[in-house]
Amino acid sequence: MKNAVRFAAALALSLPAAAHAHDVWMVPSSTVLSGTGNWITVDAAVGNDKFYFNHAPLRLDNLAIQAPDGQPAQAENVNRGKLRSTFDLQLSEAGTYRIAVVNDGVFARWKQDGQPKRYFGKADGLAAAVPAQAQDLEVSQSLGRVETFATAGKPSAFKPVGKGLELAPVTHPNDLYAGEAATFRMLLDGKPAASLAVTIVPGGSRYRDKVSEIETQTDKDGKFQVTWPQPGLYWIEARTEDDKTSVAQATKRRLSYVATVEVLQP
Amino acid sequence: MRKLLLSALLAGLIARTAQAADLGVNIEIPRLDVAEYHRPYVAIWLENADQSVAADLAVWYDVAKKNNEGAEWLKDMRQWWRRSGRNQQFPVDGVSGATRPAGKHQLAFAGGAKPLADLKPGRYAVVVEAAREVGGRELVRVPFDWPPSKAEHLSARGEHELGAIALDLKP
Repeated sequence: MKNAVRFAAALALSLPAAAHAHDVWMVPSSTVLSGTGNWITVDAAVGNDKFYFNHAPLRLDNLAIQAPDGQPAQAENVNRGKLRSTFDLQLSEAGTYRIAVVNDGVFARWKQDGQPKRYFGKADGLAAAVPAQAQDLEVSQSLGRVETFATAGKPSAFKPVGKGLELAPVTHPNDLYAGEAATFRMLLDGKPAASLAVTIVPGGSRYRDKVSEIETQTDKDGKFQVTWPQPGLYWIEARTEDDKTSVAQATKRRLSYVATVEVLQP
Repeated sequence: MRKLLLSALLAGLIARTAQAADLGVNIEIPRLDVAEYHRPYVAIWLENADQSVAADLAVWYDVAKKNNEGAEWLKDMRQWWRRSGRNQQFPVDGVSGATRPAGKHQLAFAGGAKPLADLKPGRYAVVVEAAREVGGRELVRVPFDWPPSKAEHLSARGEHELGAIALDLKP
């Protein structure tokens, strides 16, 4: 079971939409805070219904939190339940915390004595996992970022990581209001990702008949704009693939990005 | 030449009257018949025509709580927090104050002193936003022209968290 969950999460992070994998997301308890030293709690899960915990927890092994000063911040009370993972974070500095799970690994499949085999994990474990007599070996690299943002006081700027797909603010992700337009820029390895399909799904699907997703595309500068129809949580997703691999056997690099943002009532 | 002098004198006079104008703000916090009542947090500010904040007039919250813990809920006055609060360190001298009980509260601002002294002639609004623990949130806006050409009484009414909000402008 553990492996199945891990595999589902791996698929979700690594394969294109066509593979029909489950989606992944985080849900912060608050995104806009006043005062100092306040805590937030964050849930992370795998599942198709955005922000409903009905499938599997998201593994937090690769949780990476960046404090406003760019230094790493430590999560506390990290726990994995049946349907969601949780952790707490104290916002001890004023500014924006970038909270992410970054999965950087390889996916391999091959046949051994006619039997299908697979490996998903870190690139340096690949050699040990794949036997010399493996047939039809296919290796792809995957780099996925699942993140959310929380701000104490004034929203602060954050530097792009420069690796994989990521969202860079034009409008700050903790400064979003219903009825107003927000602009973001998608970056691939730190450079504008042009003509990238972006899917935006509002939370609360249980209480309406349609998913009501917003499909858009980045322009030549990697920018896209969205006017939020109502307040609430939104799931933003983009994925792509290329051949810029750093692992010798890999032929393809699969990239994915997911952000959860909160849109406030103005 | 004499005419010029006169108009210069007049201009000086007008400038002086503009500075001497006064603004009174009366804020009613309604008495509510609820099981659990907490005094609301209230922010009162001067808004420019583009909705940016010209100046904060007052912020009433749990200012006396230890370790500045009262600041935790300032964000619930969400419009003010977005436009002004989040850009500041609390408490702010001359602006921060304790929460007020139900009833009418009068604030007076002299034209010759900050923040009115810095106000350029134009269209503004006094905005009052209230947020109450286990209660609701409400925002009331009263637009006005500055400096006032004549004595004016302007008012608006909240529906649940705020009562009558009245401005008294004196040239």
